[in-house]
Amino acid sequence: MKLVTFRLFLLLLIAASALTGSAFADEARPDVSGLGSEDLAEVTRAIVSIGKSSSPEAIEILSALEAGQIERDSARRVFLRKESGELVPLTGGSPEGTTKKVTLNNVARRTLGETLARLSLTASDVNVRRAAAERLADQPDPETVEFIRSLVEAEKDAKTKGFMDLAIAKVDLRSPDRARRLAAAKAIIASEDISLVAELKAIVGKGPNSYIEPDPEVRREFSRALSTVERRIVKINAISNTIYGLSLGSVLLLAALGLAITFGLMRVINMAHGEMLMLGAYATFFVRERLVAIGPEITEWYLLFAIPFAFAVTFGAGVLLERLVIRHLYGRPLETLLATWGLSLILIQAVRLVFGAQNVAVANPEWLSGGFELMPALVVPYSRIAVLLFTAIVVLFVAYILRGTSIGLRVRSVTQNRETAAALGIPTRRVDTLTFGLGSGLAGLGGVALSQLGNVGPELGQQHIIDSFVVVVLGGVGNILGTVIAGFGLGIANKLLEPSVGAVLGKIFLLVILILFIQIRPQGLFAQKGRAAESA
Amino acid sequence: MKSRLLEIHGPRGWAIWGALMIIFAFIVPSLVPEQYALILGKYCCFAMVALAVDLVWGFAGILSLGHCLFFALGGYAMGMYLLRSVGTSGVYRSELPDFMVFLDWKELPWFWRGFDNFWFALSMAVLVPGFVGFVFGYFAFRSRIKGVYFSIITQALTYAAMLLFFRNETGFGGNNGLTDFKTMYGYSLRDPSTKAFLFSLSVIALGLAYLSCRFLVTSKYGAVLRAVRDDEPKTRFTGYNTLNYKWFAWTFSTMLCGIAGALYVPQVGIINPSEMQPSNSIEAVIWVATGGRGTLLGPILGAFLVSGSKSVLTAAVPDLWLFFLGALFVVVTLLLPRGIAGLAQGPLRKKAHGH
Repeated sequence: MKLVTFRLFLLLLIAASALTGSAFADEARPDVSGLGSEDLAEVTRAIVSIGKSSSPEAIEILSALEAGQIERDSARRVFLRKESGELVPLTGGSPEGTTKKVTLNNVARRTLGETLARLSLTASDVNVRRAAAERLADQPDPETVEFIRSLVEAEKDAKTKGFMDLAIAKVDLRSPDRARRLAAAKAIIASEDISLVAELKAIVGKGPNSYIEPDPEVRREFSRALSTVERRIVKINAISNTIYGLSLGSVLLLAALGLAITFGLMRVINMAHGEMLMLGAYATFFVRERLVAIGPEITEWYLLFAIPFAFAVTFGAGVLLERLVIRHLYGRPLETLLATWGLSLILIQAVRLVFGAQNVAVANPEWLSGGFELMPALVVPYSRIAVLLFTAIVVLFVAYILRGTSIGLRVRSVTQNRETAAALGIPTRRVDTLTFGLGSGLAGLGGVALSQLGNVGPELGQQHIIDSFVVVVLGGVGNILGTVIAGFGLGIANKLLEPSVGAVLGKIFLLVILILFIQIRPQGLFAQKGRAAESA
Repeated sequence: MKSRLLEIHGPRGWAIWGALMIIFAFIVPSLVPEQYALILGKYCCFAMVALAVDLVWGFAGILSLGHCLFFALGGYAMGMYLLRSVGTSGVYRSELPDFMVFLDWKELPWFWRGFDNFWFALSMAVLVPGFVGFVFGYFAFRSRIKGVYFSIITQALTYAAMLLFFRNETGFGGNNGLTDFKTMYGYSLRDPSTKAFLFSLSVIALGLAYLSCRFLVTSKYGAVLRAVRDDEPKTRFTGYNTLNYKWFAWTFSTMLCGIAGALYVPQVGIINPSEMQPSNSIEAVIWVATGGRGTLLGPILGAFLVSGSKSVLTAAVPDLWLFFLGALFVVVTLLLPRGIAGLAQGPLRKKAHGH
């Protein structure tokens, strides 16, 4: 959270520097030569003097120093290392020998923090001020707050003022001045803060013999602040649970989609379906490893290669599985279940031997790392949003194949009535193989998505198989819409139950509900009508 | 009465049964070294689970992927007794079991009451799995859940139970389960003679379990059960209430698992939630499939053979065991649908299986 705010802060700074358009123009540069010194006291003095200069670049230089982007060479010349790796001289001349990062001790770091805060709070750019105030409101120290107090009246921007008030309030909570405490309570109510629950609870509570907050009116205001903050937390939790539930649901859906299709078509349960997820995830890992060896530019786009590769690998595995095992067990669903379980054991062990038993991490590409700040204190990782979008695309793709192509027409006809379809000349065996490949390939795509959300291990499939069965059973056999609704419904229900009863009990609760649900609707949420319903 | 006994087994069959009982229950324990007796005792418990699975799968066509739940429940009931009989000689010298002291619990949870009595615990080891099976069976069979649906739900059930037992708050020692047992019915569990006795007990229990299953499947009840397996709608139309037939076999089978679990725990000295993991239940199914379902003797043989291979392979070439097990699943279902017993019985008779 803090890191994200900080990144945002830097981003704004960069934006601000782009706006001024005068990045590191020579004329108004403050004297930065002191930063090149080995002596940290001199560096500290240089920081103070940069802070006192009226140069518009002071903020940029100091925040670069805070981010560790200022370097010096052996001749004490100072440079700025840009994100691109380019070295910009700040004191003129080109670097002599290797450059070293300017490191700070605690005193210098504290001075830097204060100076930067002062500078940015008085900056003319409203975005810089707002970001600085937000950062300071996170963990204000009394000295900076005294400085903020002198600025808050003059601040024109309402948001910046809000953050400033919150920073002051956090320090004033226990101030001996009644008026200040009252103002603090009001500021908290007006703010969007959610970090003060414990603090406020302590204040409105009783000490050893009397209330911590002696004044009844202020205490009333503080309890109001407490309930406001608590309500805010409930709201944020509800939103975040829904979002994470959707995200979990999209994973469940990707895992269950292929299963729903194959189960609907052939009435067999593929216990190795989870291993197709696992294979897809390892295929992603494999592609990334290969591309890292080629170069960083191409690694950034490894997902573009991984998606078709994972699909191809798992499609092939599915076709093999169907040809070699499943078709020979036609009409014996329980044996199919056992045989595919055996295959899943073999696949797990094979992956363990090839890639090792330890989990491997598949790093997100740069453009998927980080997150999007939906509300204060609620950051949605880009990877989750991407998986959600990816799921939507995959579902549409499947819907198109099933509804819009002649292959899909054949699949649907075999699903509905195998004998009639065969009598009409549809090669049911070939449809079986293709469908099985498709179902497995979809699981492979699910594996790609899973690799972006967490670590990848040989048991990845086992963790998801039961959940995806639950989705299939709940959604109704061979029913895409039902699967979609069941997947998202289950994901959201899971996340909503989690905070109140805990993850494990939530899961148990859902399984019990499922068992009871089947009592009422054995055909799933959306029962198929007509002939297909009778043979289920 | 006599003719009914002869329906279960011919005179030769009874003689072989008696001879095997005497050899394994009374002679073998004094001959084989202690560690082998322990392993054989474990296998006897597994074989009882195999019998239980076979009764519902081989004779009623119900494939359970959750039988280890009932095994573990029986085991936990016995484990609770064994832990209570540790008394105050645990690590913390407390009246309470060690893990409760560790979790800072002040008094015994209500569901632990009575488990200091051996006979109470023993009956719980049968009744608790039986009750869970009874209730679950009622809901499952009443709504006519069959085939793969039933299998998946049993798997979900044992999975849910495993998650539940992993929690410390559930009150059965969480992750670590129940262990560090000392005595059983006053006898030290470390004593070789106690171990030999437990082994004999397992053999006898297996023999009796076999007889009771044999009694069931040779009765008229058994004939109807097979009819349910081969064509349930027809059996229903003939006027039999198929629900009750399946329900009884199911509940009986779960109780059998409970007994097996109760015998297993004092021999291995630990029971923890990993006994409930879905893969264990599926392994029990492969014992039955390998031995030959619907034969009773086959599954016993299968349990011994597969568990034996596991013991040997996981010690010698640990990396290969899962390949072997996986291949066994595939080969047995593809090539040996009636298992080893099917090989002995000769060519395949035509009949509908597996629905």
